[in-house]
Amino acid sequence: MKYEIPVGPIHPALKEPIMIKCTIEGERIVDVDVICSQNHRGIEWIGMNRNNPVQSIYTAEKICGICNLCHPACLVIAVEEIADIRAPERAEYIRVIQSELERIHSHLLWAGVAAHELGFDSLLHYVWLVREKVMDTLEIVNGARVPKDTIMYGGVRRDIKDEHIPKIREMIEYYRQAFDKLAKLFLEDKTIKMRTREIGILPYEDAIKLATAGPTTRASGVKKDVRQDMPYFAYPDFEVKAITPDMLTGKVVGDVYDRIIVRLLEVKQSMEIIEDALNNMPKGEILAEPKMIKLLNQIKKAEGEAIGRHEAPRGEDIHYVKLKSGFEHLYSWKVRAPTYINILSWRTMLMDMQIADIPIVAASIDPCMSCTNRVIIADERSGKEKILTSDDLHRLSVKKTRRLLR
Amino acid sequence: MMISKAFKRALWVFHVNSGSCNGCDIEIIAALTPRYDAERFGIKLVGSPRHADVLAFTGPITSDMVDKVKRVYEQTPDPKVVLVVGACGISGGVFHESYHLEGPIERIIPDAKCIYVPGCPPRPEAIINGVVKAWQFLEGVEK
Repeated sequence: MKYEIPVGPIHPALKEPIMIKCTIEGERIVDVDVICSQNHRGIEWIGMNRNNPVQSIYTAEKICGICNLCHPACLVIAVEEIADIRAPERAEYIRVIQSELERIHSHLLWAGVAAHELGFDSLLHYVWLVREKVMDTLEIVNGARVPKDTIMYGGVRRDIKDEHIPKIREMIEYYRQAFDKLAKLFLEDKTIKMRTREIGILPYEDAIKLATAGPTTRASGVKKDVRQDMPYFAYPDFEVKAITPDMLTGKVVGDVYDRIIVRLLEVKQSMEIIEDALNNMPKGEILAEPKMIKLLNQIKKAEGEAIGRHEAPRGEDIHYVKLKSGFEHLYSWKVRAPTYINILSWRTMLMDMQIADIPIVAASIDPCMSCTNRVIIADERSGKEKILTSDDLHRLSVKKTRRLLR
Repeated sequence: MMISKAFKRALWVFHVNSGSCNGCDIEIIAALTPRYDAERFGIKLVGSPRHADVLAFTGPITSDMVDKVKRVYEQTPDPKVVLVVGACGISGGVFHESYHLEGPIERIIPDAKCIYVPGCPPRPEAIINGVVKAWQFLEGVEK
């Protein structure tokens, strides 16, 4: 006898609106379907119809409040390439430091959420207490705990001043001490090991086939990292290596436990990158073009298309941008967030697992629905949802390509 | 304000994400975890709207979430307060004019008693302050 269990969109185990439909036979999950769109806010439309390109940076930041540097970073990389704006060296270093601070905060946040999903609430509280240190550092550097609002076409808006540097170093020292305890709690605890080892396995071949990104794919042994494969900002100076779980345990299983290992090691890697960046940060300007009107005019005149890629905490983030000369807004803007592709791996991971494993497996890819919900198919006149066949989709795709080529 | 009276009712909060960017959501969790530790006052997140005194809404209400938001509101027993966390729920915030928004929240549930916590996102202190305001309202009802 098969039953269908809907989980979400409002559900205590999911902090964000998404619906997972699981078909079960007894305790065993035999099929999984994911329904998103509850979080669609039409940000691309806003960028193409309401905002000027500079305003769009800050709307892009609101795509996701957790990794709120990765989306503006992608947009800025793409627009800078089209308009031929070069950020000064110091700005590139500051961007790297900000990205890595974000990675530490995001991975620690995830570690807390994962502990909560396992029912280990005291660990959630401990991790979030530890995380407050990086939030304080972000507040010192950016003036606010969560939003950064720092990135700008051709540089950054806020410098990392000399008085900030000891604070950041102090934070690194704090995490160096906390790291061993965190590693012990997450990697040696019996409960966590039981709930995560051999749970939600994503094999190497499936990780490649599903084109997953970020820690989810690296935990399956795929050495893929934008910072390593296509370095941008000041990343070429740091020689970032993609982290896989075999660096610690000597083997790759591709389960939830491996995803914990990858994220923990990445926190350590981020600390090293920040320290390195602070030591080698050059002096100089932080903005290529401080005059906003001149900058806007330069972007308005620019024409062309480009792709911006950034290694967000959750994986590779891609923005496609097209600018048209004389057009006030972005002519075309397409966001592809990492969760969008990672979410498809849920089906592979959840197959043959138990219902109780849904929360931790779902959380193990660090899903971010606010990033994901980009596309909606709705027929307003009839009020019906429409299912498009592959022919329809192809036709629409050709149509869109033609429209963009015009 | 006497402490014994003040903490007669431990507030239970049900959190609904109605299209938020997660910025407010992580600040709500931060308000509950040890640095700010609202849990010591008995304020905690619960798993069902049927157990809640306060509904914390984050995000502008997207079209898909309208009926769910209404249903959650109806499921919560009276007396109840809606805590609107963040600029999006108050006015639409940066997403105003978007084609997929039905919010702000007062348009969806007009008869709700709303307490607004502005900010993008508000600091955990501000969220705790909002919960205190909610408590004051609920205590007033009880009298």
